[in-house]
Amino acid sequence: MKRKFVTFSRIINTGVVNFIRNAWLAIAAMAVMVVTLTTVLLSLLANTTFNYTISQITSKIDVSVYLKDTVTDQQRSKLMTELKELPNTESVKFVSKEEVLKKYMEDNAGNAELLSAVSQTDNPLPATIQIKPRDLNKLEEIKQYLTKSDVAALQSDQPSYSGDRKEAIDKITHATNILQKVGIIAVLIFAVISVLIIFNTIQMAIFNRRDELTIMRLLGASTWYIRGPFVVESILYGIISAVASVLLINSAFVAARSTLEATSLGLLDINYSAEYFREHFWTLLLLQLGVGILIGAASSTVATQRYLKFKTHK
Amino acid sequence: MILLDRVTKKYGRVATPALDRISLHVEPKEFVIVVGQSGAGKSTLLKLLTREERQTSGKIIIGGIDYDKLKDKDIPLLRRKIGVVFQDFKLLPNRTVFENVAFALEIVGMGNREIRHTVPKVLDIVNLKGKEKRMPLELSGGERQRVAIARAIVRQPKILIADEPTGNLDPKHAWDVISVLEKINRYGTTVLLTTHNQEIVNKLKRRVVTIQHGQIVSDRAKAAYNL
Repeated sequence: MKRKFVTFSRIINTGVVNFIRNAWLAIAAMAVMVVTLTTVLLSLLANTTFNYTISQITSKIDVSVYLKDTVTDQQRSKLMTELKELPNTESVKFVSKEEVLKKYMEDNAGNAELLSAVSQTDNPLPATIQIKPRDLNKLEEIKQYLTKSDVAALQSDQPSYSGDRKEAIDKITHATNILQKVGIIAVLIFAVISVLIIFNTIQMAIFNRRDELTIMRLLGASTWYIRGPFVVESILYGIISAVASVLLINSAFVAARSTLEATSLGLLDINYSAEYFREHFWTLLLLQLGVGILIGAASSTVATQRYLKFKTHK
Repeated sequence: MILLDRVTKKYGRVATPALDRISLHVEPKEFVIVVGQSGAGKSTLLKLLTREERQTSGKIIIGGIDYDKLKDKDIPLLRRKIGVVFQDFKLLPNRTVFENVAFALEIVGMGNREIRHTVPKVLDIVNLKGKEKRMPLELSGGERQRVAIARAIVRQPKILIADEPTGNLDPKHAWDVISVLEKINRYGTTVLLTTHNQEIVNKLKRRVVTIQHGQIVSDRAKAAYNL
């Protein structure tokens, strides 16, 4: 037990010493690892932000049913009850003529021409029932109900399905899917590159110390006693790169906040990304550490594999 | 202690084997000299014993361990039981004498305090007291070889294998090395020494095994050099 501990601490110690000695060689390995981990983090943040944007827009989508002025309160409440009972209905809300007018005037506050067309006494705008659907892709059912002749008779106009917004949502969803794929591919490519470069770095470190390793082998050093320091060394690459990538992203957000007055770049709500990053800082750092350590440990284990084999052929 | 039964070693597809059905039995505490010209198969024999190479056929049993049944992960454990002295010393040039010897103990997980206690004793045995802090390159060939011997015996192996330890040394230093080997043998370690130094063989008057073209051509107690 004590021997195991002594050996373990020697492995760690040797690994750290070798890391310091190899610092210049290690910089290339760490640089590419930082790129990899930053890509991982960026795709993650972009993905979360896009999903957030989609849910934001989706929550604003509804079906508007425009009522004739002649519709009685009784007819209206019957219609609303029936609409509520449809399985795809999340909620139903009534907006009176006055409220619609108020909203219209607010929305067009700067446009005198449009405002002059309406007034309190002469309100051409219809009272509206807003239906919030559960699933945007299953509007057919609501549509069917609304086109039934008795229901259609109560309406002053064709219901609006927020058709343009739905199209926009489909576009964002599509873009997010592509982004996800691009993100995964980019992460994989960079991961492979960093594995190869770390692999190479460790191979060079092995080459520099080949005499020592041969002697260790001949003196009966166990496989892990020889391999351990290299694994420790490349795990250190991983840890440093993970911290560096998280700091990099963090300072990018800080810079973005101070330089960009309008932080919303179209679909990418940078404010949300930054907030998400801050809120999940430790989880993300842990994730980055995990990925970094995994890449480091895996590549150095493979790099030392060939060198540590005993002769097996007779 | 060491048992070889009709051991043959072929390298790759070379038709003539490096060792051809060698049988050898060494008792515990014996001192055996293996002689033979370069290329006779001496080094191959030692490499088989340290499991740097595997025999093509035949049986090797050392200290009760059957090499055919030895798993890869047990090879380090085997090597810890056998001390090896190499012709080219194989010392670490950037470490001191003390560190080179301590290296063998670090590998097996010995604590630092115990190492500080053990290494000086062994350096005393090989007459290197006071040179702990020297670097290998500051030492003479004979001294370097004695560092290598110290490293080989510091773990108190039952068997010490010395591959031409005097090969690169002048006669005086060669004798220093040989007398250290004899001292270790007196303490109870089985010693297997290869050499082609005629004078050493004749003066030692120990068991001599002669190898020629991969075969044992003579095996005599207290023999003289006879090639």
